[in-house]
Amino acid sequence: MAKQTLLTPIVTASLYLFVFGATLGDRLNVLEGFSYAQFVIPGLIIMGVINNTFANTSSSLFMSRYLGGIVDLLVSPVSPPQFIMAYTLAAMLRGLLVGTVVWLISTLFATLPWESPLLAILMAVIASFLFAQFGLIAAIYAQNFDTLSMYSNFLILPLVYLGGVFYPISILPDPWASFSYLNPLFYLIDGFRHAIIGVGDTSYLIAFGVSLGIAAALFVWAAWLIGKGRRLRG
Amino acid sequence: MSALVIKNLHKSFAGVEAVKGVNFTIHEGEIFGLLGPNGAGKSTIINMISGVVRLGSGSVSAFGYDNQRDYRHTRRMLGVVHQEVVIDNFFTVDQALRLHAGYYGVKDDPAWRQLLIDRLGLTPHLDKVMLKLSGGLKRRFMIAKALIHRPQLLILDEPTAGVDVELRHGLWDFVREINRQGTTILLTTHYLEEAEKMCDRIAIMHHGELIALEETQKLIRSLSNRQLSLWLEQPLTELPAGLERYSAKLQENGTVLLLYLPSGEGAGNILSQLVMSGLKIRDIETDQSGLEEVFIHLTGMKEGVDSHQSRQ
Repeated sequence: MAKQTLLTPIVTASLYLFVFGATLGDRLNVLEGFSYAQFVIPGLIIMGVINNTFANTSSSLFMSRYLGGIVDLLVSPVSPPQFIMAYTLAAMLRGLLVGTVVWLISTLFATLPWESPLLAILMAVIASFLFAQFGLIAAIYAQNFDTLSMYSNFLILPLVYLGGVFYPISILPDPWASFSYLNPLFYLIDGFRHAIIGVGDTSYLIAFGVSLGIAAALFVWAAWLIGKGRRLRG
Repeated sequence: MSALVIKNLHKSFAGVEAVKGVNFTIHEGEIFGLLGPNGAGKSTIINMISGVVRLGSGSVSAFGYDNQRDYRHTRRMLGVVHQEVVIDNFFTVDQALRLHAGYYGVKDDPAWRQLLIDRLGLTPHLDKVMLKLSGGLKRRFMIAKALIHRPQLLILDEPTAGVDVELRHGLWDFVREINRQGTTILLTTHYLEEAEKMCDRIAIMHHGELIALEETQKLIRSLSNRQLSLWLEQPLTELPAGLERYSAKLQENGTVLLLYLPSGEGAGNILSQLVMSGLKIRDIETDQSGLEEVFIHLTGMKEGVDSHQSRQ
């Protein structure tokens, strides 16, 4: 189980770190005063957090629905808030563990300045909470495994890649730079990187405000679905 | 106090009414059978009681608590063994039982857990993951899981479907034992012979409606025809007059007269009438039909009645 939940994302992140930290990194310079590895590592950490929190809630809940094990939970006195928090906290734990391990491995390639560590941790927590909610919602709406994988392959993956993990939005020409501000993941990635290296494309207030707003909206949506038993209870 | 009160329960799926205004009460301490052919609405009712399915309309209360308003109270009092196998494939039997009590806010009670493990014959399989268990073991595990938080009402939805005879007997013995210890039982089964032996009262459902609800023996007595076989000294070539209401038949070359006594009627009247008409009777045999006949009579169908298997 640990192989799938921890080892696989760590291997993926290590490959990214090797490619961008040890090989291409020396030839790239996207932000004055920082190596490319220092720029890309915060993005890779938050990408690990996002992907793994989403994978945890979405696959756990969907598999429970698919295999029927959800019934054990539905007949128990577990309340909707407990239901949500059980899935959310487990997913956040996995996401934050993966993020921590990615950071530890990244120390082999670059040293991060850690300008505001508490804000960075807070943004990682918000990101993991937000994607835990999104995973719950996706698992409730998904009709089958194909629909579930579409959420990660056709929604999360492009938004992460276009959200500034590998480049600062400021280097994009218009209208691409403007479009990027519509990407909700940009605020998570930028806010996290800003807290670590002290430089960002947008202010803390906007990055944290937008991220918290989206997290709250998704939580209300998930709570409504689970409270009403939509697609869970017949 | 009533263990369960169901009032005017309705449920529709995609415009099709699966449960049509069902009412019944289960008394504390009894074994109550909910029977009916496939698709009669039994599992839908059980799922509405346990919370797997939302109520269409009507109300369900367990031990005085409404299962919508006080759902946490009611669910703590219920233990449910579902018709489908519901297990977590990746846990061992032991891990799953330890974890399951936590869903009910109950601390793991090692003595009670061990008793369930022993009584359900799970001891040699504790370290096996669910995926590796046989069908019968999965069923036994599900009963242990449903009882781990010591529910006051145990709901068994076809708990012995596909289970071999020996295991079925063992499971029913155990159910009787926990019933004697005070747990109320609601069960559905296709094995009518077992329902007849197990249940204090029986409700029969058909097409989403309750068509009978009575004490088991009273239900059988009131709805079944007693068969009366008369062995005659002299064979008859034709039926005596006046036996129309008994659906009389001659068998064994006219040496056996077969009569069906309408429910509630004793054999005395018809015997006197036959003797007075000069018929010489050598021997008499009566045969009371069982729940299976009552069930078929009420539901008008033989499908779904696994009587053949029940006799194996």
